[in-house]
Amino acid sequence: MKQLLWWQKGMVGFVFGVLAFLYLPIVVLVVFSFNDSKVTSFPLSGFTWHWYQAVFANAQMLTALKNSLIVATCATGLTLTIGTLAALVLDRHDFPGKGLFRNAILLPLSLPGLVTGIAMLNFYKQIGIPQSLTAVVIGHATALLGVVVSQVMARLAKTDHRLLEASADLGAGPVETFFRVTLPAIRPAILGAGLLSFTLSFDEIPVTYFLTGRDITLPIYIYSTLRRGITPEINAIGSLIVLVSLLLIILSVGLLRDRK
Amino acid sequence: MRRPASSMLLTAGLFALPLGWALLLLIVPYLLMIAVGFWTRQFPLFVPDFQFGNYLQLFSDPQYTTVILRTLKIAAMVTGCALILGYPLAYFLVFTLRSDRLRNLIYMAVIVPLWVSYLLRAYTWKIILGTDGALNSALIWLGLIDTPLDAFLYNQTAMVITLTYIFVPFMVMPIYAVLENIPKGLIEASEDLGIGPLGTFRHVIAPLSLGGVVAGAMMTFCLSFGDFVAPVLVGGPDGTMVANLLQTQFGAALNWPLGSALATLVLIMVLAILGLTGWAERASARNLR
Repeated sequence: MKQLLWWQKGMVGFVFGVLAFLYLPIVVLVVFSFNDSKVTSFPLSGFTWHWYQAVFANAQMLTALKNSLIVATCATGLTLTIGTLAALVLDRHDFPGKGLFRNAILLPLSLPGLVTGIAMLNFYKQIGIPQSLTAVVIGHATALLGVVVSQVMARLAKTDHRLLEASADLGAGPVETFFRVTLPAIRPAILGAGLLSFTLSFDEIPVTYFLTGRDITLPIYIYSTLRRGITPEINAIGSLIVLVSLLLIILSVGLLRDRK
Repeated sequence: MRRPASSMLLTAGLFALPLGWALLLLIVPYLLMIAVGFWTRQFPLFVPDFQFGNYLQLFSDPQYTTVILRTLKIAAMVTGCALILGYPLAYFLVFTLRSDRLRNLIYMAVIVPLWVSYLLRAYTWKIILGTDGALNSALIWLGLIDTPLDAFLYNQTAMVITLTYIFVPFMVMPIYAVLENIPKGLIEASEDLGIGPLGTFRHVIAPLSLGGVVAGAMMTFCLSFGDFVAPVLVGGPDGTMVANLLQTQFGAALNWPLGSALATLVLIMVLAILGLTGWAERASARNLR
């Protein structure tokens, strides 16, 4: 291996610094979730499970968690169905306004979430959808279409269209062709987009903030609790969420690698 | 091969669903928001109208112009900080590191935080930067300072730190992608010509990576401009951002037309920036060829 020059050594240090900047806060969160004190200061006061027990005894928080899981599951199912269909339409058909349609679907991904939330709030108010978890599900499913469409379209572009013709020549109808040829080809993209949509929906604040009514999701619960101050319970539920996210990442990396 | 009419109808029906859904629930809401920006408020109602009063108010009332300018400033600072952290990191991964395994591992390590709740990542800085927070108490404990520093919490520095932390991966990703695409032969050629690393960077790498820098900068800028969480968690009284203004217009102030006009301004800004980025990326791709 080539000897590193002085500025390259400096760079190694710099990169370690950036990685520390990225990970130390998460470590701090986890450490304080086990710290036996109401304030988050050093030196640490001792080990406790108390904050985790408090999470599981906090009915409001558990309801919010349940709402979040329901919203994320429904929104993911809905967005996968509509998004996959949209990707198929965009892949196979030309129609006037196609470019505009595609850009519109991708827009919520680059636009600050609260603009999308405000647009939806205005519209739902006009057509009479009340602020509720249902409104949140519809909002999330719509805003996340871009995730599904971009991933599935990238996969469709790589699949061989002659397979579809072969399937038709062998007498399969379009529905059978979809389930036996197209769907297996795009399954990794659907899985990946599904995991990403679920994570994004579970963590979503701005759209949810404007569309939800009295029932709240976990991020909104945490968000409104934090405006009043810090409780170490948040460290505990936060650490649990970090743990689950890491498991999901490992799962998705594993899933996508196996298919290659 | 001709398909039976019923299956044609089924196909048409299936394809109408996503088109109709996106049209009705996405495109129409954006258009309606733009329209509501021209409405007037006659308390407690909002009346359809076509007048520029809301925009006039946004551009003339110092209450709004201050916040808009401050948000632009903070977003620009975050973009600058993210670039300072992100570019050397991407450069190191692509050009200095020889091991592919290590490169993939560190790249993943930079991207993984994006999957960890965005709210929690903002929140951790609230517990780190507070007066009794982890940073101050650690410094006192180590004997480096005697009294807590209040230089960090509830001010604009805290917001810049927090937002940089959240959005730095968005800067690294596009820069990494363009650096990786620079043909290694170009760099060897430059070295063979006796040009040092600094010269190679200035004349070869920097111009060729401009597209990625622009893409990353625009992404970071837009995301931090519209951020909803950091101003509430770590911003203080002088930390109000556009997001807070919007929240107020749709909450306590109950002025949806004004709020919609402001949201439309954000929409226009982001669209302009996206257009500019696309243009810069195409220009950079032409340079490579």
